[in-house]
Amino acid sequence: MLIIRYQHWTCKRCCGLIIGRSEDLSIFGLLFLSNSIKHSLLNISENELSLLKGLAKNDTQAIETIYRENYAMIQSFILKNSGSSDDARDVFQEAMIVLFEKATSATFELRAQIKTYLYSVCRFIWLKKLQVLNKHVHTSDMLEETLPVEEDVVDHEAKNEEVILMESSLKKIGEPCKSLLTAFYFEKKTMPEIAESFGYTNADNAKTQKYKCLMRLKKIFFAGYKNGD
Amino acid sequence: MDEILLLDAIERYRNNEMAAEEKAFFENLRKSNAEIDQMVVEQMLFLDQLEHSAIVTSFKQSLSAVEEKLLNDGSIESTEPKPQGKLVYLWNRYRRTIAVAASIAGIVSIFTAGIYSVYENNNSIKNITPLVDYKFKQVDAKLKQFETKLNNAAVNTAVVPPISKPKFEGNFRATGFLIDVNGFIVTNAHVINNAKTLVVENTRGEQFYANAVYVNKTNDLAILKIIDTSFKKFAALPYSIRKGSGELGEQIFTLGYPREEVVYGEGYLSAKSGYSGDTSSYQISISVNPGNSGGPVISKSGEVIGIISSKETNADGVVFAIKSRNIYNAIEEIIHTDTVKLPSTTSLKGMDRVQQVKKMEDCVFMVKGN
Repeated sequence: MLIIRYQHWTCKRCCGLIIGRSEDLSIFGLLFLSNSIKHSLLNISENELSLLKGLAKNDTQAIETIYRENYAMIQSFILKNSGSSDDARDVFQEAMIVLFEKATSATFELRAQIKTYLYSVCRFIWLKKLQVLNKHVHTSDMLEETLPVEEDVVDHEAKNEEVILMESSLKKIGEPCKSLLTAFYFEKKTMPEIAESFGYTNADNAKTQKYKCLMRLKKIFFAGYKNGD
Repeated sequence: MDEILLLDAIERYRNNEMAAEEKAFFENLRKSNAEIDQMVVEQMLFLDQLEHSAIVTSFKQSLSAVEEKLLNDGSIESTEPKPQGKLVYLWNRYRRTIAVAASIAGIVSIFTAGIYSVYENNNSIKNITPLVDYKFKQVDAKLKQFETKLNNAAVNTAVVPPISKPKFEGNFRATGFLIDVNGFIVTNAHVINNAKTLVVENTRGEQFYANAVYVNKTNDLAILKIIDTSFKKFAALPYSIRKGSGELGEQIFTLGYPREEVVYGEGYLSAKSGYSGDTSSYQISISVNPGNSGGPVISKSGEVIGIISSKETNADGVVFAIKSRNIYNAIEEIIHTDTVKLPSTTSLKGMDRVQQVKKMEDCVFMVKGN
């Protein structure tokens, strides 16, 4: 379904940086052989790598840059394919989460430009959505190369279901459990801080309370998990 | 309480906060107690999911914040041509249906038009087109003029260019033909309709001013007289004008000016009466176009049997020609002022068509006016 038009050559010695395409092999192949490749030669890709590092750290500046550089293209693609700008924002957000998951995963390797990757993911997500909605699929591509991203997207969807289940479970356990667990696991506050803000006499008390809440959350979560399966 | 201790232990183990001794003890416990091991695995999995959810949730919050910011400062447009997207989508989805509907509509309208035209005929509303070319291309005339000039220039390079009057260009074009050697020309009354200036032009491009000496709008006949002194009297006309009626199925031909050049056409007499049973004209089957109006309808033997006047608008090849005896009637009316002698014998009898046309084409004129 998806075609890779170019074979990307990545530097596997020190990072997953893309250093050239099959057409450039004559140049980059020599660099490979001479073992003298320097990243300073590839300023653009270095920039992309730092963006992804920022993304993995949930850095809003990096997110904003990626948004600014890529959103217009995605919106244009969605609009051309029977979508609205709301659809475009949803799809783009989802693709950003896929990229984020990719960037935070242990086995992450940058194999293509961020732009190409985002476009491929958005395209895949949107076409799938159109199929589900049984709408007429009229693909108008923008002569962009696409990558095989199905695996990433399917992965993300499985994880996303868990995230959604976790969010709804958190809502179900009620207060003060919800705030307590959010403060500890989401906001990464320490036990003494939590004890103080929640009015527990000491950190151990807060800890005991936290575990009680955690057990309830787990129960609700796994109940939903089994039902979901 | 035991369970809480266990959960705490798992969490510390997961976060690598255990001392080496405690860690070893904990791992031993897992190995020896399958139930505890099962619980550890489950809890670790759950914590992974909780942590992942936490990360993704906070990332989503950042995303929304960034999106909000960009929407507010206008870097992302939220106003997009949404209707167009919808329209394109609807079109893509329903174009087959639309195509079918359009074809049906087309068929229905053609059918309706057919019925309508039949209905119109029955109500004897005039549904015929006069064959005067009002839209003839001035460009055509200009081109021909340049061509003639160029040819003349090529031939007469050394000779003094002949003094010629500027070529007249009217706003309509039709056909007429000589009925008298002195320059009397028959054409349709609708052709000269209120024209101030009338000019006739022969196949060689020579132009002569003419006056209308007879106009009868009832039978649509007009007679012009060439008043130009440069017109040289013909010795004789090759065709005759038939007094009697034409026969059904009689082969006929015509010469006329649907273009800036004389055009030959042939056909047959298909009815002895014209439009709506008009007995003063024939129905003939011939291919004619605007500009053919006033052209002679000539029999095989070289007799003029009619004058082309109009064609039915909705049918192809249904042409009406005024019967030639109307010319005789017209002559009766002008005989007091002008002496017109209609040709009585044809010299075209027995000739092949090419010879006939050659002999008579000089007598067929283009009628122009404004």
